[in-house]
Amino acid sequence: MIVSIASGKGGTGKTSVAVNMALSIRNVQLLDCDVEEPNAHLLLHPKISRIEPVYVPVPFVNEKLCDHCGKCSKFCQYNAIFVSPEKVLIFPELCHSCGGCTLVCPKKAITEDKHKIGTLKLASADDLGLVYGELEVGEPMAVPVIKEVKKHIDNSRNVILDSPPGTSCPVIETVKGSDFCILVTEPTPFGLHDLKIAVQVLEYMKIPLGVVVNRAGIGDKKVYEYCEDKDVPVLLEIPYQRRIAELYSTGVPFSSEMPEWREKFQTLFDEARRLVGK
Amino acid sequence: MKQITVLSGKGGTGKTTITASFAVLAKNAVVADCDVDAPDLHMLLHPKIVKTQEFKGSKLATIDESKCVKCGLCREKCRFDAITENFSVDSFSCEGCGVCTIVCPTNAITLTERISGHAYISKTRNRFMAHAMLSPGEANSGKLVTLVRQNAKVLTEKEDSDLIMIDGPPGIGCPVIASVTGVDVGLVVTEPTMSGIHDLKRALQLLKHFNVSPFVCVNMYNVNRDNTRKILGFCRERGIEVAGRIPFNPKVTEAMVNGKTIIEYLPESDVAKEIANMWKKICSFF
Repeated sequence: MIVSIASGKGGTGKTSVAVNMALSIRNVQLLDCDVEEPNAHLLLHPKISRIEPVYVPVPFVNEKLCDHCGKCSKFCQYNAIFVSPEKVLIFPELCHSCGGCTLVCPKKAITEDKHKIGTLKLASADDLGLVYGELEVGEPMAVPVIKEVKKHIDNSRNVILDSPPGTSCPVIETVKGSDFCILVTEPTPFGLHDLKIAVQVLEYMKIPLGVVVNRAGIGDKKVYEYCEDKDVPVLLEIPYQRRIAELYSTGVPFSSEMPEWREKFQTLFDEARRLVGK
Repeated sequence: MKQITVLSGKGGTGKTTITASFAVLAKNAVVADCDVDAPDLHMLLHPKIVKTQEFKGSKLATIDESKCVKCGLCREKCRFDAITENFSVDSFSCEGCGVCTIVCPTNAITLTERISGHAYISKTRNRFMAHAMLSPGEANSGKLVTLVRQNAKVLTEKEDSDLIMIDGPPGIGCPVIASVTGVDVGLVVTEPTMSGIHDLKRALQLLKHFNVSPFVCVNMYNVNRDNTRKILGFCRERGIEVAGRIPFNPKVTEAMVNGKTIIEYLPESDVAKEIANMWKKICSFF
């Protein structure tokens, strides 16, 4: 079973929920898909077993064959190639690696080169398998790195995907193919507003979902009213407690120091499984 | 004209709370909410929309079933796995590149423009605001950020303003890059947690990469004083100015619930005073 943890709003506690849940169940693999700012490893302190570069193909123009017809530049939807009578300029950060330019070039002057956009890390903490990616600073496209992380999904295990915040393409890429999605929110106007957007996305993608309310006790009750109205199950509440915040700040998953939470996270996972029917 | 972007790397560190407060403190700024997939600034600034624009950020392949001979070439050449088994287009996967349109032997595929969101120009009590809403699940948030910034620029010229205040999205990817390129100052809001420190370093690297002058703000600094000291030490070593240290105060959430910035809600609070102080420091940089 694949469960993704997403949120809409950033900083609501996705990674905390993903890590504590992963530590509370057996035969588990955690994939940190927030490749812009991966944080799960900061709580797990894993042993890294393999580091691999992540490349994407980008065009390389053989100037000897190129007659500067400009067809590649006209075709490219992303403005990644600029052709002047004297020169061809390639902007690898804008390229989506579709390969179209190599197909439209009448002189077969374009081949593809490797461009490094990130790093993939395979690691483990005791029995827990951790896979995470890191986007190179200055590179805009997170999606190919997320795809690379997700290639390592081991279907024989319970898989937890830690998503980046927001509701745009990196989030879609992460949650795509999940059996269930847990949305972590906080009971504040910002939390609710962004939760609503995230629910819309998941409904559109037809992924069943449930909510975890983190920092329960702050803010107001509107998140609960919304969930009741929409028939979205609230699966767990994590109260605002100074101790939990302090443990997180030092890089300790709170269920390790507060073992009563293990059972709650186990129940959370079982509940997700029950709702999916797996 | 000067531009300042509030960013963070890690989400939920307090970017919007601080941008909204700055917006109240700055006399004559245009505000731009560049967190286009989860914009929250409007809940504190209450803009009234004056103008709405459709955002056509990308294209989508469309297959004409009557012409399709199901040869499978499009599916073979598509690198985004966007053509399904029964030859329809998966709109979540399609990046609108157009490769399918050129490989199709019967010209059954065309690219159509898709509306991926809306950009807004709005008026708040005493200032103008540019913001947007990406349609849920859409791509190309970077392009929408660029549109919001263009709108903000036009507004500064019209309103004779000299400052654009930008609320950035979390992360360091395409919408963040679109939010920081060409700005004068980037204020990175962090928190004294292991994640906060890790993400702060990457956000600062990003600012360096794009030649933007950095400032740092440690929010909720008293949640972990050891980590706060580490952040201060890190910044000192690199000559980066820490513009402010904001204490944890539950009144900030209370202000948010009431739809107000902390500056308006509790102007005499420790948080409001520190934000005002920080604003002064940043202004003196200009």
